[in-house]
Amino acid sequence: MAEIQDKITKLCPQAQVDTTGEFPLVTVPDAQWHDLARALKTQLHYDVLSAVVGMEWPDAFGCMYYLTNTSTHELLHVKVTAPARENPRLHTVCDLWPVANFQEREVYDFYGIVFIGHPDMRRMFLRNDWVGYPLRKDYDPASNPLRLEDETNEDYTCRWVEDENGNVKKVDGKVFEDDEYVVNVGPQHPSTHGVMRYRASLDGETVKKIDVVSGYIHRGIEKMCESLTYPQMLLYTERMDYMAAHINRHCMCMCVEKALGLEVPRRAELIRLMMDELMRLSSHLLSYGCLTMDQGATTAFFYGFRERELIYDIFDRTCGARMSMSYSTIGGVVADVHEDFIKDVRNACDVIEKALKEYHKLFTGNVIAVNRMTGVGILSKEDAIAYDITGPSGRASGWHCDVRKTNPYSLYNEFDFDEITYENGDSMDRYMVRMKEMEQCIKILRQACDKLEAEGIQGEYIAPKVPKVMKLPAGHWYQQVEASRGAFGVYIESDGNTKPVRVHFQSPCFNLIGVVDLTCRDNLIADLITITASLDFVIPDIDR
Amino acid sequence: MEVKIKSMKHENFKDNEYIDNLVEQLRAGGTNIIVGKLDQLMNWGVSNSLWPLCFGTSCCAIEFMCLGAARYDMARYGFEVARNSPRQADYIMCQGTINYRMAPALKRLYEQMAEPKYVIACGSCTVSGGPFKNSYCVVKGVDEIIPVDVYLPGCPPRPEAFFYALMQLQRKIKVQKYFGGVNRKEKLEGIKYDSEAMKETK
Repeated sequence: MAEIQDKITKLCPQAQVDTTGEFPLVTVPDAQWHDLARALKTQLHYDVLSAVVGMEWPDAFGCMYYLTNTSTHELLHVKVTAPARENPRLHTVCDLWPVANFQEREVYDFYGIVFIGHPDMRRMFLRNDWVGYPLRKDYDPASNPLRLEDETNEDYTCRWVEDENGNVKKVDGKVFEDDEYVVNVGPQHPSTHGVMRYRASLDGETVKKIDVVSGYIHRGIEKMCESLTYPQMLLYTERMDYMAAHINRHCMCMCVEKALGLEVPRRAELIRLMMDELMRLSSHLLSYGCLTMDQGATTAFFYGFRERELIYDIFDRTCGARMSMSYSTIGGVVADVHEDFIKDVRNACDVIEKALKEYHKLFTGNVIAVNRMTGVGILSKEDAIAYDITGPSGRASGWHCDVRKTNPYSLYNEFDFDEITYENGDSMDRYMVRMKEMEQCIKILRQACDKLEAEGIQGEYIAPKVPKVMKLPAGHWYQQVEASRGAFGVYIESDGNTKPVRVHFQSPCFNLIGVVDLTCRDNLIADLITITASLDFVIPDIDR
Repeated sequence: MEVKIKSMKHENFKDNEYIDNLVEQLRAGGTNIIVGKLDQLMNWGVSNSLWPLCFGTSCCAIEFMCLGAARYDMARYGFEVARNSPRQADYIMCQGTINYRMAPALKRLYEQMAEPKYVIACGSCTVSGGPFKNSYCVVKGVDEIIPVDVYLPGCPPRPEAFFYALMQLQRKIKVQKYFGGVNRKEKLEGIKYDSEAMKETK
């Protein structure tokens, strides 16, 4: 910690480093921020920008940046405050970390902070005729009633540029050139897996550029969380990436537990871990089903769903619901597992293990599948890191980014499993990573079954008594877990009251849409379907 | 009068009073035998081949996919052919939250569908806004935008509940007066059947 402090003060004397929190916190004025960012990236190997959290403090607007070091996997956060409260402006870092492109657009959308030098300063989630910035504390919801007239297409964009004297001016630009042929896909389209919209500029059948229009299922979860108590907030974590419901909720619980200094009983932690892995298995089976169906193999979809029902049954018996289980709570789990839980899990493992072989026989070697996926939508390792593509999609590019291995949480360091990585980063590899990861899930689940049998007794103590209304000490916390589609992070800032000041969810799928343009470019328009299916994003997780 | 559908017995439904009242109101002025028989024929066809529009925004859509898969298999009841184009669909099962950006698109999808068309509001979000009721950009129930035939609560509803909702819709279709124009009136003005409205249409 002290070492980092020295290095950063040497790089930038104006920066203040606070090492008392869980991660070192660097506070830097906006004028020095871009230079420091460049130095952090090139000299100290903070290659990954994990999250950009827009903030409103009582006296100013600003951002919290979470950086990850790819060699040591250490986290660092940087606090940058905008100099003026009226018309807040910051300098962009999307030239250093391309992932910041969409992240900063999100901050602009929510807080109205303009990023100087950002190439495409448009709204991200809200209608382009939206009035005001909804996450500001003084936002009036009445200013935006429900409008049923269609939105106009956003053909114009703008940039804010700074000259040598520090004067900032707005420069208008265009999303597409006048002579480009633009095809609209979505928001209602079967292959977008939800409500997503792409505007694809085509040259013949080849894609030249894709403009992703998101926000068709934006629900403002982060704003709603600010008026809820911590146990109430748990509900929303399950409705973002519903295919990683347990995992997201687990993450939120861990973040609050960390802030409260609460210890979770071992049995509860083991059960949570098993639920996480079951969820991952279920999610990968779904992504297998959807990917195959998108390429016309409808039967394969039925097979994937047949096995998923086994997992649904396990959830149903223990948690009482098939989806949105609401099982983890702060401090443990709601109730102990069903008496047949271990038997059911073992049975599901056996069945799915056998089924996986069948899937490979059915689809993996199929000549159509091979031709459509191999070499299509290549994402290099450098791009995966620059765009912070974690999870199976990042590992297919050869980046070791499994949070379960890099920053082990829960009980993962007690388990023997492999991190699956591939080299090419094409659609085929992304598909294969998921298939192989399912085998690892089964491996973990079997070990967990043994542990649960050996250690726990039915009906044992599974959650400490925690008050329904809890107060977090003032400060901020960040927790990451490996969700089904990549690293999912929760950021909580508290001022010591029962309700948080700011909650931010760093969703893996939000970064995935950042590479749609990159991976689809120079491929055929028909490959757009394959590529987006292999990236496998869940739209409500993007929009939140 | 008992409304008979093939898939489920009349006494197994929980809200028969509602459908009895509806039938009573619809039949209050009597029915012409020829038009009545034609209606029956139409309704028999429509109610047994309901094709949904693939329209899912969030969690409920996954349960809908389970409905289409092998265990629940909605093909048994004639609901199977999920259409991607609204012009080929009979009903829109609105699965998942609708927000301010999506609302105009949903309305347009509904308008693009051919008559006769039906709407099922599926899940708490579409019924009332559900857990997102206090949000700054969520529509508090799709009935603010389009007329709804069947409300299906749950977050998300179980597949069994989906079937119940679909069978309620089948019953509603079984008694509709296709050649009387009454159902159209409800669609257009979003009003419930009452005898006054009945008299006006006569």
